Amino acid sequence: MRPNAPVRGHMAVLHPMRIRSDALPLADRMFNVWTAAALVLALAAVLIAPAFAQDAAPEKRSIIAILLEWTPTLAGGFGFNVLISILSMAIGTILGVGLGVLQVSPIRPIRSVAWLITQFFRNSPWLVLLFYCILLIPFQIEVFGTKIPFPGWIKAVIGLSLPVMAYMSEYIRGAILSIPTGQWESAESLGFSRRQIMTGIILPQTVKRVLPSWMNLYAVLTMATPLVSIIGVSDVMALTRAALSAEGRVDLLIPMYLYILSWFFIYCYPISAVTRLLERKYSVKL
Amino acid sequence: MTWTPDQPIVSLKDVRKSFGTVEVLSGITLDVMKGEVICIIGPSGSGKSTLIRCINALNDIQAGSITVEGLEVNDPKLDKLSLRKKVGMVFQQYNLFPHKTVLQNVMMAPIKVLRQNRTEVEDRARALIAKVRLNGKEDAYPGELSGGQQQRVAIARSLAMNPDVMLFDEVTAALDPETVKEVLTTIKDLAAEGMTCILVTHEMGFAREIADCVYFTDRGVIVESGPPATFFDNAQDPRTQQFLSQIL
Repeated sequence: MRPNAPVRGHMAVLHPMRIRSDALPLADRMFNVWTAAALVLALAAVLIAPAFAQDAAPEKRSIIAILLEWTPTLAGGFGFNVLISILSMAIGTILGVGLGVLQVSPIRPIRSVAWLITQFFRNSPWLVLLFYCILLIPFQIEVFGTKIPFPGWIKAVIGLSLPVMAYMSEYIRGAILSIPTGQWESAESLGFSRRQIMTGIILPQTVKRVLPSWMNLYAVLTMATPLVSIIGVSDVMALTRAALSAEGRVDLLIPMYLYILSWFFIYCYPISAVTRLLERKYSVKL
Repeated sequence: MTWTPDQPIVSLKDVRKSFGTVEVLSGITLDVMKGEVICIIGPSGSGKSTLIRCINALNDIQAGSITVEGLEVNDPKLDKLSLRKKVGMVFQQYNLFPHKTVLQNVMMAPIKVLRQNRTEVEDRARALIAKVRLNGKEDAYPGELSGGQQQRVAIARSLAMNPDVMLFDEVTAALDPETVKEVLTTIKDLAAEGMTCILVTHEMGFAREIADCVYFTDRGVIVESGPPATFFDNAQDPRTQQFLSQIL
């Protein structure tokens, strides 16, 4: 099988860029069934080939056996990644919607500050933001005499929610501005206040427009969660490293990281597939 | 100043309005009595829409005064809500809320703005939807309706606020010819019930039939006005004559 074969139309393999723009999104053509199948085959080959090789040396456990052995531990770590991604997304979304609304405030200073915050966090490296949160947030705070601890993973959630907030703020601002002004005018002439128009009429209409970008952002965020391993959170990446050093086998490196990669792929691919479906659906009628 | 029904319900005195350096309204004076139907006609760009939008404070004015039932529209201290309870407006592009059903569109403002009882509002909303001849469409979304149907929902939505004056801003201009009539019939019914109506329109036949007084505007001023019979058959000003000869 040739995974790079031009499966659709005239997509020339030798050209580094699209020479013909057709209606399908680029991502759709890159991630077609064939490439997905090729990826699965490659994965299987890497996992199984060394396993056969192990048969010759029976004193060593097979790689598959080791992977299966570590699976519950790694799955726990992956669950932690998912938890961090969901919490960051929730916090970032709530803050981002608020910030996006402030970005279109009729009061200029509010608008400017919201713009500045958005641009600052949108243009900061995620890893640097994570480091900042680790360093700036105390490991515990005291409220009415009771000490509330702030473990590293909560700081990581906060750190990751900041860029999510900034991206969300931009999506919301764009969506609000894309609603026809007639909606504002007719609502205003019915006596609605600005706040009522925003919450009851404008924001509900932005949901449809923001949803594809929002889901895409979630997939990107999930794939960025292994960053938290660098700041000492025991996520799937940190546990993989621990497992590798415990096993001490060089031939385990590639299969194990590939194993983890495939988890992320299996988790994130459906999200991006649904996103593309929604994009196509909403691009027709708005 | 308290308003009594023998005074004009809407009164414009020497209203001036500019967008930047372009003066759109150059001194408009106009009185509308309660129950009157007036039509504003004129070439595009003559300020008709701006004029009507100024009446419910969607546009502000630079000079002159506008009063609605004695309320000074351009007073910065004005509670806009008190004005908008009195004035309903229907737009060329309908501007229904696309994420709400027909019934919800009609019910939303009385519930959220006037804080009226939901069941009472629903009864009234259903009656209004029937009045604009859209029974059975209560649960449809605006996107599922024709332009004429959407426009009639927009009228019902405005009426749900029980306004004293209705403004119609070229409400049939975006419609297919065959649906224009159903909207005009709805407006005619309203006028017959004594609703004060101010219309910007290109439907000359309709203006002639329905209006108590027709105003012709050009370049920001009222060139000529009068009852439709004299206005259409015996226009005095050469600009009016020229416009009518082009359009009729």
